[in-house]
Parts: sequence; structure tokens; C-alpha cells
Amino acid sequence: MNLTPTNASSKPDSVYFYGTCLIDLLYPQAGVSAVHLLKREGVNVIYPQAQTCCGQPAWNSGYRDEALTVARAQLALFSKPIPIVVPSASCAGMIKVHYPELFNAQPDKSKALDIAERTYELTEFLTDILNINLTDLGAPVTVAVHSSCSARHEMKVADRIDILLDQLHNVTHAEPANKEECCGFGGTFAIKQPEISAAMVLEKAKAIEYTNAQRLIGQDCGCLMNIGCALEKQGHTITHQHIAKFLWDRTGGPHRDN
Amino acid sequence: MKINNARNNILNRLKTSLKSESEPVAHDVPDSLDWGVDDRLLHFNKQLQAANAEVHDATKDNWLITLKHICSTKRLKNLLFSPATPWGAQILERSYEFPTFKHFDYPIDEWKPALFDGIDAAFTSTHGGIAETGTIILWPDTHEPRLISLVPPVHIALVEKTEIYSTFADALKTQNWIKTGLPTNILLISGPSKSADIEQTLTYGVHGPKELVIILV
Amino acid sequence: MTTEFRKHIQHALTQREVQANTKNVVNRLRNHRRAALSDQADWQRLRRQSTAIRTHAVDKLPQLLELLEDKLTQNGIRVHWAETTEQANQIVLTIMQQHNASFVIKGKSMVSEEMGLNHYLKAHGIECLESDLGELIIQLANEQPSHIIVPALHKNRKQIARLFHTYFPATPYTEDINALAQSARHFLRHKFATAPVGLTGVNFMVAETGTLCLVENEGNGRMCSSVPPVHIAVSGIEKVVEHLSDVPPLLRMLTRSATGQSITTYFNMISSPRKPDEKDGPLEVHLVLLDNGRSRIYNDLELRDTLNCIRCGACMNHCPIYKHIGGHAYQTVIPGPIGTILEPQKSGLNLYGELTQVSTLCGACREVCPVSIPIPKIINRLRWEYIRQSACNIPGAGSGKKKTEAIVWKIWAWSCVHPVVYNRIGRTITNMRSLIGRILKKISAWTAVRSTPKLTKTTLHERLKALKIEDK
Repeated sequence: MNLTPTNASSKPDSVYFYGTCLIDLLYPQAGVSAVHLLKREGVNVIYPQAQTCCGQPAWNSGYRDEALTVARAQLALFSKPIPIVVPSASCAGMIKVHYPELFNAQPDKSKALDIAERTYELTEFLTDILNINLTDLGAPVTVAVHSSCSARHEMKVADRIDILLDQLHNVTHAEPANKEECCGFGGTFAIKQPEISAAMVLEKAKAIEYTNAQRLIGQDCGCLMNIGCALEKQGHTITHQHIAKFLWDRTGGPHRDN
Repeated sequence: MKINNARNNILNRLKTSLKSESEPVAHDVPDSLDWGVDDRLLHFNKQLQAANAEVHDATKDNWLITLKHICSTKRLKNLLFSPATPWGAQILERSYEFPTFKHFDYPIDEWKPALFDGIDAAFTSTHGGIAETGTIILWPDTHEPRLISLVPPVHIALVEKTEIYSTFADALKTQNWIKTGLPTNILLISGPSKSADIEQTLTYGVHGPKELVIILV
Repeated sequence: MTTEFRKHIQHALTQREVQANTKNVVNRLRNHRRAALSDQADWQRLRRQSTAIRTHAVDKLPQLLELLEDKLTQNGIRVHWAETTEQANQIVLTIMQQHNASFVIKGKSMVSEEMGLNHYLKAHGIECLESDLGELIIQLANEQPSHIIVPALHKNRKQIARLFHTYFPATPYTEDINALAQSARHFLRHKFATAPVGLTGVNFMVAETGTLCLVENEGNGRMCSSVPPVHIAVSGIEKVVEHLSDVPPLLRMLTRSATGQSITTYFNMISSPRKPDEKDGPLEVHLVLLDNGRSRIYNDLELRDTLNCIRCGACMNHCPIYKHIGGHAYQTVIPGPIGTILEPQKSGLNLYGELTQVSTLCGACREVCPVSIPIPKIINRLRWEYIRQSACNIPGAGSGKKKTEAIVWKIWAWSCVHPVVYNRIGRTITNMRSLIGRILKKISAWTAVRSTPKLTKTTLHERLKALKIEDK
């Protein structure tokens, strides 16, 4: 079965795309770009319209019953044995790392484990499974990257975004100080502990500003929104963009959107 | 009475807790490093010097000259050592060439004030060294009690090159500490006393010796 | 609502000098550790080894404690057990009284901080003097340690210079770190020589040999444990390891993780009081084993990992939150990520439950932990226990339950399992985005330092439908 991702050398024909709620409401272009990128590589994309949220906000807040209810509804969406691609390491991490914990004592545990096994973060999928080759068509630009903590510590795929950007010869990659440090988003943390979150994001924004990059790129819209909005509020011109949109715009797009 | 209860209560709670079988300790970290004598010496030297210790290379024949040199360079007025050890006996033999020698052959309570006030330096033998970390091993005993390597501002220690092990684990195993049985006190010393409690900036000689001087033979 | 706890954090964030001092030291410690553990494969192997040693020791805790007690007793060290800090304090007091001692010189011990020993003894007319340079600084300043390894890291040399000048007026004012350390040496030397009792913590206790191990750089730990005629060591029950051969790997990981040192200046292994033919060392050695909730934590296999901790402090050094708010804002004995999981379990979620909210779950702590404690996972678990009525034996479980919050999550979950509702809400939000934007602008928690996020006109659901992306 070349549909299953277990054989990494073979390209799957089809994948599920799990868009995430932040992208749904705030950054749909990122989701559309990701779908374009996957399709350009010859992969058929299935987007279950019944998808909502992975359940992470409740899980991280201690509301396990609610997280379970929501997660269970997502389990029902992925019946075919094909990869699930998620354009967010945070949501991918929820499915891959935390569903097995969440469903640990549940009757549908095996289903959760199966889905966890099939879940990939987008940049991980593009590099490790699709071995994507990119040709840069864009103008010279300097970008700073913020890899999310989920990408770094949970999914362990933080370097994939660098691998992708390295393929773009007109893109200069600037490294912010303390790049591995959390930006202070943390989902509900930003609202529950606004003072600490503010201190953290301001430090992060300063480090990014200091790189003189024109754009901030990342694989998680939560962090991007946090840092990007902070940069904007401080009056900086650095724009923020999800890696999928950045890649698509420079290598094939721009497609019509907004 | 109450204390006994505490013991039993704690142990009972632990014993009635859920059991979990942990995996056996992995053995993919070797106890020793594949270093020859020269490598061990080199690392031992390098680490000790990096820790601000002085290391002097000598031989079993000429080490007394090295010691004499150390005493005169540091202008030591006196030297505390035990004449009862083989090395100490050699110093004693030629004591006329050394600063006033001090020795305490009675329990600490009688020499505490003298030890804390008025000793310039102490000489001790060692139980070997550790190359990886630049460490000397001391097994204080009746002749060389533990405080003489701690209280005087200068500690001079003699290490035999053949007794330098690659790692702590190596020393512990090769010297067979378990079978020998542990003495009252074992000390691993890896430099002069230091602290980085203020701004993570190193300063030496906080409570222990300000200087650690090693003579290698 | 701004809780007491939030107020402490808000206050901490205004302490510019403390913040700068903390960041400075934390960055140095991070660099030191990185230099010492740069080889990833090596680090992974060492970590597996240390983790296995600690997990094994903790799993066999009751047997190892009995073995330890046997061996120590054979060696002549007296073992005392305390279920509570109150009992532990009483034990120390009784020993002091037996020797008519009114003064104790102390080496660094976080367990004595946990016991509140200094206050307790003071109330009974006994003077405690800290001898670790960092601990002395905070004792003179009448503060608590803000870090478990570098207790005074929140203070810079100027503040310490002023402090020393006040307390040691004979010594001239100086900001020279060497001179400051020397004035502490000078002040304490006489105290070591005359103290009737010395008290220290313990880093490892070896069951098979009955040995207490102390790790330090200054020599004050050696002074406290070998100059006075009586030595009292205090330790949590979890600090035991089974074999002597377990010590070298743990020591290696402890010092590298803590300060990047390959070893500390002194590693002191104490296996007995002074023997008849020996000339120095304490005539009596006592070990006080403190439980204080540890055996309760032990009963839960997931929470039990908390007890693996070897107190290296790497988690706080690498925690972005600790770096910003400093140790005092936590209001606990042990701050930082390990404190965040340990203190609520020990003292109750009713007291420290809010601490569980002070984490982005970024995972930096887990990444650097030399014994692989899954701190974010345990924080997540404690958040669950904080808001539910459960059979779990953590004191104060359920104390964080809020009715309105619970209802919000119920509604959220309901909408998420009804895609039609969810999408309708999504469409409503995006249709009313200018209004919602204005409402969002009012959430000052977000907009104090950030602009308002821009809602999209058409959701991803709608766009992909329009692009005729397969649904099933």
C-alpha cells in the first residue's frame, strides 16, 4: 500500500488536510497555500469539511472531558489510511503526542493511536515525505524565522522550515537572538497571564526587529499572530507570514486570495 | 515514639503505593575513557590548570626539591604535614631545608584555634586522581585528617602518575571501593575553593584553600 | 480579577534591576551548560543513564530507604524520620538542646528552606548562620533564595556591596567581587571554628554503603560537616540511590546541568562520624529524612516522576518565564518549572494551584532536564486536577473550579462537535469582523502590547469548498 506513510520513500497519492481553527478564521491564505503546495507535488488533498478544532485549548486548560469530546469528533474524519497533514506544529503535536495520552483509557484508543501515527506537520511532510524541490521566483528578501516550541520540543521538526528556506536562493535567513525561546503565546496563557506574556513577546519582537529582517516566517499561526501583532503595535514594518504562503507565493503563486 | 510512627507511616505509605517496574539501568555509557597514561596525564593537568590549580611535574627522586621551591616561592612560614606517611617521612628527614613544620598528633578540639589561625600551608598525600575532571582523591585518615586539606590557605597534594584514572567511575571500580569499604570520609577535590554566587563571576578562596598545588610524581 | 498571585507577578515585572540581574545570570548559566553538553548523542546517552538510575531508585524507594537506614546505623550515623516539616524542625531542635547549643552554622540546604528551619530555631532562641556565600547574602538581606543553585542571583555586586558594608562596617565599601568574597571568608572563619553544630543538605544518599554525598564549590559544606562536633544533615526521602556506582553518572549530570562544570571543587562523601583513632570530623552525625508530602506524590505513577529531580536548576535557567519574573514571584521554596509541579503537590492546589497556569508549556524545561522529568505533562495533569472534583489525593484538588469557565468550555466543546454550528459561528464572526475587531480591541490583555488580529472575510472551509477540494 503506497498510501501509507510508513514507507517514507514512496509518495502518498492522497492526504487529509487538517486546517486548524486559527488558520480557518485568521489566516486562510496559509491553508490554501498549503493545499496548493501539496497538489503541485501530485498529492490529492482531502479536506473534511466537518473538521473543527483538535481540542488542544481545552486539553491545555485541564478540561479533559471537553477535549475528549472534541477530539473524538475529529477522529471520525480520517477513516482512510492516508497521512494527515497539519499546517501547525502545535495542532499536529496535539494529535500526534497528546491524543495517545488523552485517549489512553478510552475504548477508541487504537483509533487515536492510528491517527497519531499518520499525522505530520506540514514542513515535516514537505521535506521528509515529499522531498520537495523548490525554485525561488521571488525578489531578494531577508526573513527571520520563529519556530514554535511545539515544532522544536514536541514534534522535533523545527529545522524543517530552515531546510525549506535554504532552497530559496533569493531568501536571506536572519537568526534572531534566543531563537529557541518561547514567544509567550501559549494559547490561553496570553490571556490568563497577560503581563508575563507581554514581557516575553516584547523581548521576542525586539530580537526579531534587531535582525533587520523584512518578514517574519513561522510554521505556527499562534506564535506568528502573537509576535506579528506585537511588532505591528510597536510600529515596526516587519510583516508576518506562514511558511506555506511564503513558499507558495515565491515558487508558483501568487494565487488570487483575500 | 512519635518519630517511630513517622518512620512506619512513611514506609507504609510508600510500600502500599502502586508498583512500577522501571527499566534496568542502561550500560551504554562506558565507565572509563580509552586514554593511555599520557592522555590521562594531559587531561588531568589541563583540567586542574583550568580550575586555577598549580601543577608541578616531578619525580619520586626530586619532588622534595619541587616542594622546597613551592615553599620558598610562596614564602611559606610553616608547613603542616604528617611525618607518619611515607611522603611525610621524607620531608621530615630533610626538615632543616623546609619552613617550620607543624604537626598535630591529637584530637582536633585541642588544635582547632591553631589550625584556623597560623598555618600557612598543608601537605597531604592522595588516593589517586581523575583525569577527565582534574580531580584529586583524598581518603583522610588518622595521619592526614580531613581538615588539613580544608582549613589552611594553601593545600599542596602529591599525586602519583600511575594512580590517575580516566573517570570517577573508573577510579571507584579499579580501586574497588565497595570491597575495600568506604572510610569515614572521601573527598574529591578539583581546584581551589571558589564561588560564582555573585553575578556568576568566579572568585577563589572563599572558605577552603585559596590555592591548590599539585606535585605529580 | 487580579489575584494575590498575579499581583506578585505584576510587581516582579516592574523590578527592572532584579530582571536584569536574573537575565544576566540565567544567560551565563545557559551558555555554560551548552558548552558542557554540546554533543547531542553524548547528552542523550548520559540522560538515559541518569534517568534510569533515578527512576529505578525512586521505584525501589521503600526498600532503599530501609537499606540506607540499616547501613547508616551500622556506620554510626543516626537516622531520624519526619513526616512533616514541623517534626523535622523538632528533631533538629532536640539535637541542638541535647548539646546545649545555641548556634548552628549552615551549609546550603533547600530542605532546610522547605522546613523554615531558620525561623523555627530563632523562635527557640537558636541562631542560624548561613555560610554559603549566596545564602549568606540573602540571609543578611532578610530574603528568600530566588534560585536553588544560585540563591542570590537576583542581586548584583552593587547591592551586595551595600549589604556587606552595612553588616560588616569594619570592612571598607567595595564592589570588587574578590574582596566581597574575602570579607565573607573573614567573617565566617571564626564562626566555623566555634560552632557547636553544623547543618547541611545532601545531594545523594547511597543505600548500599550508607553514604551521604555533598556537592559544593566553596568549602563551606565541608566546614559545616567536619569542623563542629555535631553534624546534622537534612534530606528529602527521595534523594537515595541504590549503588555507589550510581553516583559518578549522577554527579556528572548534576554539575554539568547546573553550571556547566565537569565537576564541582568539592565532592564530599560521608560514611560515618569520627572513629576512635581519627583526629577530626564530627563526633555525631545525624540524618533527618523529610517526607512532607513526598510519599503521597509517590502514590501516583505519573506524578512520581517529580521525585526524580536532582535539583540542578537547569529547568529554571532555561524557563522563559523564570527569566522574566525571577524566583521570588513564585512565592514558593522552589521556584521555576520544577517548583511549579512540586509545590502544588506538596502544599496543595488550594495554595499553589494558580502556579500551574504560569506556563506556556513550551517544553524547554523538559528538554534540559537531566533526568527527563516530563514537567509540561505534569503541569497539564495538575491543571486537570485543579478544576475537577476527583479521587486524586493531591490536597486542594478541584479548588480552581470556576462555574462560568466550565460553562464556556462546555459551549465551546458543543459547538466543536457540531460542524454546522461551528461553521455558522465562524461565518458569523467573519461577517461581523469589524464589530468583533472592535470588541477584541477592548481585550486589553492582548492589545496592551499587540495590535488586533485581523479576521478573514472568508474562512478556510469556505475557500477550499470554493476550490472544490474533496471533502471525503
